Amino acid sequence: MRDSVSILIGGKAGQGIASIETLLTKGFKRAGFYTFSTKEFMSRVRGGSNTTLIRISKNPVNAPVYKADIFVPLDTNAFYHAQDRITKETFVIAKKGNFECDCTFYDHDLESLAKSIGSPIVSNTIAAALVFGLLGCDVKVLRGIVEEMYPNELLEVNLKALEIGAKLGEDNGSCLYCIEPTLSATQTKDFFLSGTEGVGFGAIAGGCNFISSYPMSPSTGVLTFLAKQSQNFGICVEQAEDEIAAFQMGLGVWYGGGRSITTTSGGGFALMGEGLSLSGITETPMVVYLAQRPGPATGLPTRTEQGDLELSIYSGHGEFPRIVLAPGDPKECFELARSAFELADLYQIPVIILSDQYLADSYFHVEQFDIESKQPVHHIVKTDVDYKRYSLSDDGISPRGIPGYGEGFVLVDSDEHTEEGLITESMSVRNEQNGKRLKKGELIRNEAIFPEIVGEGEIVVVGWGSTKHIIKEALEFINDTNIASIHFSWVYPLSEAQLAPLRNAKQVITIENNATGQFAKLLKQHGIVIYAHILKSDGLPFFVDELSEKLVSVLKEIR
Amino acid sequence: MTTRFDRIVEDNAWCPGCGNFSILAHLKEALEEMGLDPLQSAVVSGIGQAAKTPQYMSVNMFNGLHGRALPVAQGLKVSNPSLTVIAEGGDGDMYGEGGNHFMAAIRRNATIINIVHNNMVYGLTKGQASPTSQRGFKTPVQTEGVHVEPFNPIATAISLDASLVIRTFSGNKEHCKAMLKIAIEHKGYVLIDIFQPCVTFNKTNTFKWFKDNVYELQDDYDPTDKVKAFEKALESHPFPIGVIYKGPPKVILEDALRDESRVGDKPLYSSTVDYQRLGIEMEKYI
Ligand SMILES: Cc1ncc(C[n+]2csc(CCOP(=O)(O)OP(=O)(O)O)c2C)c(N)n1
Ligand code: SF4
Ligand SMILES: [Mg+2]
Repeated sequence: MRDSVSILIGGKAGQGIASIETLLTKGFKRAGFYTFSTKEFMSRVRGGSNTTLIRISKNPVNAPVYKADIFVPLDTNAFYHAQDRITKETFVIAKKGNFECDCTFYDHDLESLAKSIGSPIVSNTIAAALVFGLLGCDVKVLRGIVEEMYPNELLEVNLKALEIGAKLGEDNGSCLYCIEPTLSATQTKDFFLSGTEGVGFGAIAGGCNFISSYPMSPSTGVLTFLAKQSQNFGICVEQAEDEIAAFQMGLGVWYGGGRSITTTSGGGFALMGEGLSLSGITETPMVVYLAQRPGPATGLPTRTEQGDLELSIYSGHGEFPRIVLAPGDPKECFELARSAFELADLYQIPVIILSDQYLADSYFHVEQFDIESKQPVHHIVKTDVDYKRYSLSDDGISPRGIPGYGEGFVLVDSDEHTEEGLITESMSVRNEQNGKRLKKGELIRNEAIFPEIVGEGEIVVVGWGSTKHIIKEALEFINDTNIASIHFSWVYPLSEAQLAPLRNAKQVITIENNATGQFAKLLKQHGIVIYAHILKSDGLPFFVDELSEKLVSVLKEIR
Repeated sequence: MTTRFDRIVEDNAWCPGCGNFSILAHLKEALEEMGLDPLQSAVVSGIGQAAKTPQYMSVNMFNGLHGRALPVAQGLKVSNPSLTVIAEGGDGDMYGEGGNHFMAAIRRNATIINIVHNNMVYGLTKGQASPTSQRGFKTPVQTEGVHVEPFNPIATAISLDASLVIRTFSGNKEHCKAMLKIAIEHKGYVLIDIFQPCVTFNKTNTFKWFKDNVYELQDDYDPTDKVKAFEKALESHPFPIGVIYKGPPKVILEDALRDESRVGDKPLYSSTVDYQRLGIEMEKYI
């Protein structure tokens, strides 16, 4: 019996990897396993070579591994594409002769089998059932899912395929990969969510009622998600002519009292720079979801990187406060997307939710949680005749009025302005207003979410955003009481309270999915000394096995 | 005439004699005479001399960035459709920096009065060519004169089937006010391009030049005839002024987005979150 199994499925775009993924992930979860899935794919609609990795485990599993226990290549290219991920122990399900490897072959031509029951397209169902059977799982569970997925004339042939696959799996008998289910009946009702869906639901919970975006991978998922939910939750959706307009429309919505979000990736975010700045000086709230992919420029459109932290912190001319949030899993995506709206509204600033392709496209087991059903607080005042949009106040926050609600005018200005909101070039007013805006930065710092700390060791491993669970599992694997890990989900601005645990550390090791250690640079600005950086920027996320090795070698140096 | 849209302005940044003063006066009077409530009206503007107009009015104002008035105005209109929303700026602002937004706004057809002060020059930045500068117009940058054909906003708007396309002249008070009133009353997008002399940086297209180079469309002109409207749009020296094109009825942005999302008429600030529904939707992701 095993504690966890990793299953890799490879094939061309359009070959049906996604349907195997759906069948298996749903099946495994219902059969009682902690399940995780992630994908890497090329930037093309047809062809190429893509893979999906599914992991199941007796314990919570929320991160990818590099090496595959079971590999299902749907074509020859898939085999070569994923060659490095195969070991002696890998069980490869494919027709022998098509490829060579020092691995365990399960010689079956799934396509011919599918053809023999009349439909080549059901080879995916055979593959899924075969894997299911190999792991000793109850095929009845899978049957239920097939019935849900194919309620039409395709059902019968798929059920046939299911039986063939399951039988092949069982016949293999050795139970080399068998694994005992652990989830209770209630746990099988936990959520199975991607980062995209986490952000989408969080935005809804935060009262989002408008989205305007220009499509760009890997952010588009949130746009389509909210479009799909539009009627359920009264969300106005408009595809903008460009990212500049997407952001500006959002500002118009907030100015009128609505709550809007825009979604983009680095290239589009670069175009939003002036908008961020406008949000800053006009003190108009705005929420941006920035799903990173590797740059510069078009870079690797469908792959992952944490390369835009600095862009999100420094983009926009002039000086003004902002918040950058970097969730580490779909639950945090939900929570932080929800609070992004509250924070933007309360402090009248832009708030950026920083995710990436890996987190956006990966599915996690998320424990059921209560959605607090407290309506969002709109920090809006009814204006009176003497209303001044930018009245000076102790904390820097001026009560925000909106046009048409009250007896006063709401004047907002991208020029430096008086308390009333009219253009001015008075240096003293400039200093007052600039000071007022920057003062909010101090309040915001006090709100900073404390990082999550695991362990008590003197050597501290630091991560932020999507690497959270990869680091966690790598450290569990290394199992060294001398190491603690700290994960930041609130990455900007940093507070002294957040940094304190790092100041006491003997050595700090930063782990980032980029080439230059952008968060490490930020920490250094705060006087944190970094002992070592572990970086990766090839377009893929870290893998637990890979990261563990890298960590072990850094730890060796320390000792 | 005094209006409820008047503001006491101590320090106006426009040059004496500038056509912007007339446009400001005509606009305030037109709004007043149409019975609009300043508190329920908003002027969104970009950056430039023209874009300073709302600074000199009693009205809600969003003075945003160069070129970006239209997207902000559209967002505002969807956010609260009961507001009267004007997007105002210069020829550089709307047709140059904001050119893509101009085309998209025409097609989206939100109820927005898009007022463009067309002085055929960049005023605020001291006299460079604008998209509407005429060929041969010399500037410190275009030292040998502009060598491209001017952008034709009227023809462009007609080709995109704008809901309403108007041209007028700041120096013709009656006409300009009458046109503004037609624009204010219209449901859907309106382009109102107003010829406006810049006394400081455009010594070619002066008050007299505009006066000599425009003529009013007669009552028998039918603005619903698209091909005729195109012909009119291509005429120059003299340029026709009046309602040049009136498109067939079409979908209005704020109505469409609100129908599609079932938001109804209420402003978005009064929306609440259906948490029970959220729970139900999330249950589908188990
Ligand atoms: C992004 C950006 N680019 C350039 C400018 C400088 N700028 C301000 S107004 C303007 C052009 C003004 O011309 P127009 O829109 O025709 O207005 P006018 O002053 O003639 O009324 C320019 C280039 C700016 N403010 N922002
Ligand atoms: S520069 Fe030209 S447009 Fe600007 S205020 Fe002076 S005259 Fe008017
Ligand atoms: Mg101009």
